[in-house]
Amino acid sequence: MRLINQKPSRIARYALGALPFAAVLLIYSVASKLRHMENPQDRLLPSLQQMAAAVERMAFTPSKRTGEYTMWLDTLASLERIGIGMLVSTVLALVLGIAMGAIPRIRATLAPFVGAFSLIPPITVLPILFIVFGLGETAKIALIVVGTAPVMTRTVAQATADVPDELLVKVQTLGANSWQIVTRVFVPMVLPRLIGAIRMGLVPAWIFLVSAEAIAAEQGLGYRIFLVRRYLAMDVILPYVAWITIIAYVLDRAFYLLSRKGLRWAHGEGGAL
Amino acid sequence: MSVLEVRGLGVDYDGVRVLERIDLSVAAGAFCTVVGASGCGKSTFLRILLGQERPTRGEVLLDGVPIPPEPMPDRGVVFQKYSVFAHLSVRDNLALPLEIQRARGLGRLFGRARRQVRAEVADLLHRIGLEHAGDRYPGQLSGGMQQRLAIGQALVLKPRVLLLDEPFGALDPGIKKDMHALILNLWQDTGMTVFMVTHDIQEAFQLGTRLVVFDKLRHDPHAPRAFGATITYDLPLRPPQPPAADRPAGPDPAAAAASQPPAPDAAPETGETPDAAP
Ligand SMILES: Nc1ncnc2c1ncn2[C@@H]1O[C@H](COP(=O)(O)OP(=O)(O)OP(=O)(O)O)[C@@H](O)[C@H]1O
Ligand SMILES: [Mg+2]
Repeated sequence: MRLINQKPSRIARYALGALPFAAVLLIYSVASKLRHMENPQDRLLPSLQQMAAAVERMAFTPSKRTGEYTMWLDTLASLERIGIGMLVSTVLALVLGIAMGAIPRIRATLAPFVGAFSLIPPITVLPILFIVFGLGETAKIALIVVGTAPVMTRTVAQATADVPDELLVKVQTLGANSWQIVTRVFVPMVLPRLIGAIRMGLVPAWIFLVSAEAIAAEQGLGYRIFLVRRYLAMDVILPYVAWITIIAYVLDRAFYLLSRKGLRWAHGEGGAL
Repeated sequence: MSVLEVRGLGVDYDGVRVLERIDLSVAAGAFCTVVGASGCGKSTFLRILLGQERPTRGEVLLDGVPIPPEPMPDRGVVFQKYSVFAHLSVRDNLALPLEIQRARGLGRLFGRARRQVRAEVADLLHRIGLEHAGDRYPGQLSGGMQQRLAIGQALVLKPRVLLLDEPFGALDPGIKKDMHALILNLWQDTGMTVFMVTHDIQEAFQLGTRLVVFDKLRHDPHAPRAFGATITYDLPLRPPQPPAADRPAGPDPAAAAASQPPAPDAAPETGETPDAAP
């Protein structure tokens, strides 16, 4: 049979999917072992046991200085920032996006501006944000908003504009006023695309979060990574990176499932990834 | 008495004349079918009747009053596609018009009022043959079922005129026959006026009390875009039904159908469809 027609079974699919992970883990372990045989003090490729010990120390042992669990504290601080930032972006995207997509006057007014704004490399705005808002939480959250809201807004505006004219005519023949058209047609119909925009926005949001934390913070996942970098503490950095990846993955899946379960109508046949 | 009156209507798109000198007066209770070559401006004409677009010249009167320049509940519509709301279940699609009328703020009812509205549309749900599919989303329905729903939804607010733009154009012949029976039944029961664009000339003869043909009357080979289409034939097929109030009580489609003699110049199928149950 041709390769393009050979489909792996369910079990084979899982096994194949796990393969690259296992391979990386194996290669890493071997490399780490080799380096440690040469130099027991090696810090570059800590063994899995060393990393486990670091996680034990960071996540499950109260810090000697503060009596708190560092990794959870970092996680909470980061989640709070990214959560508030994405919430603000989502509200902005929904309000501005629907207004732009639905009302020609507002589109004419805002579309060029949002378009231009979305082209500013957000990280270049960070010094400005620190100067304006100080080194506290506001600047970090603002960076996430600056970095995600414009693109999310454009996505929602496009989704709004994509609502077929036929439906808008239809709902008008049912007597709807403008506000009712927003609540009964535009908002529900753009929700799937909004959730898609949030999932897409989370990717840059993590980058901006870690960048902002690296520069000025007292806690946070990004802050910790850049702090321990000074001591070449790869045994902490690697688990932190893995942890961030896991959180990002879980958030993405959660939004996907929210869409699948909450917006069944939008996931008819096939179903996207 | 005419429900719909069009006077001296003309439409230009960027200097291209699409429609010109259209005069039409549609009697109450008529089922007016419209045919014409592709691209001759039938959908354009319908958009103007809807109020979705303004004519370049002329005017449209509904019950003697110029129509407002936007769609209103007095003119219901069913398009070939995108006629129902994909995010609402069948039942909620039917309830939507009532919710919009009663909850002027959000357009959404809750609790008892919501249950009340859903109960009110139960009969209509049955009439369009979708009672077993009330909780499904349109994406889970066949094309024919979606169009049934679209027609049902358009009728909830009892519009003066129902405008249809190739509503059965995408359906296969067997389903089409069921749909013809449905639309005729609903037309007879409500006594409303129907205006239907179709590509299917047989359908046009079969359903209509009056057949209108759009075509270009004048043609200049050196300037093919100088002249627009107009009404070239206007054939009465059957008498329009009397207004609902004047007819004997009881929605008996068979009796109503029998009272309509087949027009002599209609296609042979004319007489048999109206009483075919869905
Ligand atoms: N918004 C528009 N701007 C410019 N030209 C248009 C516009 N809408 C329609 N036209 C033109 O007007 C003419 C009539 O279009 P219309 O859609 O009304 O035809 P139709 O009779 O409904 O065709 P069909 O049977 O294929 O549906 C076409 O030549 C089309 O290109
Ligand atoms: Mg058309």
